[in-house]
Amino acid sequence: MRVLFKVYRYQPETREDAYFDSFEFDAEPTDRVLDGLNHIKWHLDGTLTLRRSCQHGICGSDALRINGVNRLACKVLIGDVGSKIKIEPLMGFTVIKDLVVDMDRFFSHYRSVMPYFVNDEAPPDRERLQSVEARDAYDDTTKCILCAACTTSCPSAWSNPDFIGPAAIVQAHRFIFDDRDEGSEERLAALGQRDGVWRCRTVFNCTRACPKEIQITKAIGEVKKAIVADRS
Amino acid sequence: MSRRDGGGHRRPQGSGFEASAWFFMRVSGVVLLGLAVFHLFWMHFVIGVENIDFNAVAGRWEGRWGPLWRLYDLALLVFAMAHGFNGLRYVLEDYVQRPGRRLALKSIAYTLGFLLISAGAYIIFTFDSGGV
Repeated sequence: MRVLFKVYRYQPETREDAYFDSFEFDAEPTDRVLDGLNHIKWHLDGTLTLRRSCQHGICGSDALRINGVNRLACKVLIGDVGSKIKIEPLMGFTVIKDLVVDMDRFFSHYRSVMPYFVNDEAPPDRERLQSVEARDAYDDTTKCILCAACTTSCPSAWSNPDFIGPAAIVQAHRFIFDDRDEGSEERLAALGQRDGVWRCRTVFNCTRACPKEIQITKAIGEVKKAIVADRS
Repeated sequence: MSRRDGGGHRRPQGSGFEASAWFFMRVSGVVLLGLAVFHLFWMHFVIGVENIDFNAVAGRWEGRWGPLWRLYDLALLVFAMAHGFNGLRYVLEDYVQRPGRRLALKSIAYTLGFLLISAGAYIIFTFDSGGV
């Protein structure tokens, strides 16, 4: 099939403003959008700048706005999007170049929730055992790949860059509801700040945007409930 | 945010107000649903839309169940205003970026909410039809 890619370009060293570039070429409907972008970079315009690493929906580098919707370019087939494909960088972050955005703030929010296992007790001889039921409590949020599709689809995050954002809350949820972890109190206190979970207005954009189909709004609701229960 | 400060266990303080506000919105939402649905039912099916006038309300407030009706209307007033104005506060906090302007608009909203609740409560507590 013949496809037309309209790609957002921003090359600050040669041109001040951002603009759209069009590329037309033949592709298979079963090609992924990322294959199209690779084709452009490798054969049509080597200056196109984008992030991608594993190219199989695990590393989370190539989340982009594809025809207005946040998706992973490596998980979306061209045939499912159509012959006209508009590619833009994630919304709400500063664009560094073309499709590459500055994710410093995103990762500083991520680090603020202590996204690692906390338990000061000496580990037992073998692993710290956990029941199947206890593991189920946070199974969904272990799937997060930090692609930022959720945070950059959230109107609260767009309007307030200090809002910790859905991705950081999902990461915190993964440890808060892990019964082997002992850092929940501090995580809940961090998330209980004004710009923590309370900026979430239950818009559900994050849940729709997540390429791993994590029930993000539900997870955020569970964290809100845990904070209220923790205080009372 | 450091997890441990000098080995001591320090807990960063969360915003208790925002947590309470969030919880209040859930509770008041459910309470308002009950209050509003019963109010609609009463006005439409028990009294009937064609009979709603000054006398219908005056009779309700001054009749045998008057004190209970006044309490009901007061609850409806307070919950609806607090729920609504807290929602307005959310909107202002989300969309008004400049701190001075945000403070000014929030002050106006709080004053307006206080005045409306006061005026409503004043009427509920002091209403006397004077036998009209």
